[in-house]
Amino acid sequence: MSTLAISPAQSGDGRALRWLASQEALLSFAIVLIAVLVGLYNPRFLATRNLTDIVLGNAYVAVAAIGMSLVIVSGNIDISVGSLIGVLATISGSLAVAGVPMVLVWLTPLVVGVLVMALQGAVVAYLRIPSIVVTLGMLSILKGGLISVTGGRWITDLPQAFHLADIELFGLLPMPVLIMVTATILAALWMRYSASGRAIYATGGNAEAARLCGVSPRRTVLMVFALHGLFAGIATLLFATQLKVIQSTVPPNLELTVITAAVVGGVSILGGVGTVIGSTLATILIAEIASALVFINVSPYWIHAVQGGLILVTVIADILRRRRRQVGG
Amino acid sequence: MAVLATEIRSSAPRWLIRHETLLAAILAVALAILCVFNENFLTIDNLLNQGRLMTEVGLLALPMTFIIITGGIDLSVGSIVGLCAIILGYSWKNLGFPLPLAVVFAVGVGGVAGFVNGLMITRVRVPPLIMTIATLALYRGLAEGISQARSVRNYPEWFFFLGQGEWLGVPMQLWILLAGIVAAGIVLDRTTFGRTLYAIGHNETAARFSGLPVDRTKLIIYTLSGLAAGVSAWVLVSRVTTTRSDMGTGYELDVIAAVVLGGTSIFGGVGTIWGTVIGLVMIQLLKNGLALTGVKGDATIIVIGAVLIASTLIASSLHGRREVAS
Repeated sequence: MSTLAISPAQSGDGRALRWLASQEALLSFAIVLIAVLVGLYNPRFLATRNLTDIVLGNAYVAVAAIGMSLVIVSGNIDISVGSLIGVLATISGSLAVAGVPMVLVWLTPLVVGVLVMALQGAVVAYLRIPSIVVTLGMLSILKGGLISVTGGRWITDLPQAFHLADIELFGLLPMPVLIMVTATILAALWMRYSASGRAIYATGGNAEAARLCGVSPRRTVLMVFALHGLFAGIATLLFATQLKVIQSTVPPNLELTVITAAVVGGVSILGGVGTVIGSTLATILIAEIASALVFINVSPYWIHAVQGGLILVTVIADILRRRRRQVGG
Repeated sequence: MAVLATEIRSSAPRWLIRHETLLAAILAVALAILCVFNENFLTIDNLLNQGRLMTEVGLLALPMTFIIITGGIDLSVGSIVGLCAIILGYSWKNLGFPLPLAVVFAVGVGGVAGFVNGLMITRVRVPPLIMTIATLALYRGLAEGISQARSVRNYPEWFFFLGQGEWLGVPMQLWILLAGIVAAGIVLDRTTFGRTLYAIGHNETAARFSGLPVDRTKLIIYTLSGLAAGVSAWVLVSRVTTTRSDMGTGYELDVIAAVVLGGTSIFGGVGTIWGTVIGLVMIQLLKNGLALTGVKGDATIIVIGAVLIASTLIASSLHGRREVAS
């Protein structure tokens, strides 16, 4: 597989071949393959309702994974995002119940998300504390803060207008899908074609070289974390506004699901490599696998083991592929 | 190698004086405040009971100190605890193992889980952070999958001796922790193996070129971490008398916080077992003190998170200043 991934690129054998060997193509292929195989076993899997549920229910993961991809491409990691989304959902829900105008209800998570992440980004970039320590600390601050402030109470009686995720544009295009696709495309274009987007790859690939080329790695890391906070805010909206009840417990393992999506999507955990189209496709693949397990009568308790196995295999494949490329090149 | 060793020896005492005196001072102040606020705090019963509660995290903190000294990290320890606890209960209840064999099997599975981490880190060169995030998910997932959310209860009476009994008036598990602390302290301070850990943390490439067995050393410490998680799971199950797949969730935070608070640098090359012990005691007393003064359990994890970030900041600023000075 790795020779397939490398040789077309090296020999310049045309774009089509190169695309076929890309992570995005592999993911698309896997998504279709699983749909066909599970569909043959249990045709109910291919019901329109099930397929849309897979995408609708996980659009927020995909949006959060866009931000995570930026962070990982820049050579960092964030394990606080799950707790942050829990906190933002509670803030947004509380404001809605308190009768605050909807625009503010929807904007506040975005602003708070950017502030919290920018703070972490500043500590990582300017005080040079590894992102793992900062976000591990923030994880416990947010998680502990959420439970102590809410006292474990759930937010109920959310006003009808709150449910942004239920809106369907022109009666057929659901909001979460629209936002997921738009955010993915915009982020992909920005990362590929803009100078600030390229700066993320430069910083993650080799921060010292980036600095010598006139890129400020510190400012880039700060910007990446701030943007990650923005995506976390958007993800919160898609997540919270599809719920009837907002629980004060953080969605368990959400940060792991988001990291898995980014890594399975082809973002190299060593930094410098990856696309957000990959992370969005990977989100859909992971959600599809979770749903497929149910349809082939495997207990849903195995889902985290499957996710963990998936992340492990992708990481090892990524590292082996890189190593071979270094030897070959 | 000789130069490296002298460099370490000459820099260590100065650092020791700074960080551990600071810690001891903070600990003394915290103790004083806790005593004033609560008369139940400074009773033998309370303190011994805190020792009981400290053991599971403490056992994990010893190999974690080794790992962080080499510049690595193990985020999967909490999940290994959960996996081992489930294996213990499952192999006894469902596979019909005699209970002592189930314990040995569970600890062995912990060792294998740690060995797998070490193998991928040394052979495939997966960064420790990434490898153990992946196995954090994988091992917890295996625990959930194997247990199917069923808990195991009704262990025989003798099994609870380790977690609830005492010997010479001291909780049973505290003896295990004490033995572990002494052993880890001697290994780190007095053996070639221990010095190798510092050398790897200071400069891995240099350590390799000096002919030190870098990969074998790393493989051993990650395996030790898994074994410690197995023993920790055994102690935990014996103490709480039941097995659930979410056991040990979040332990990695407490463990890393204790080690980092104890002065082991997350950048590698610096740290002592004694520092870790002080860090461990501080966190446990902080938790206990806050609980006794009426603060809920969830608020204490805020404090641990804040302490973790703050102590890294302080350590790195001391570290930076020393670099500038020398």
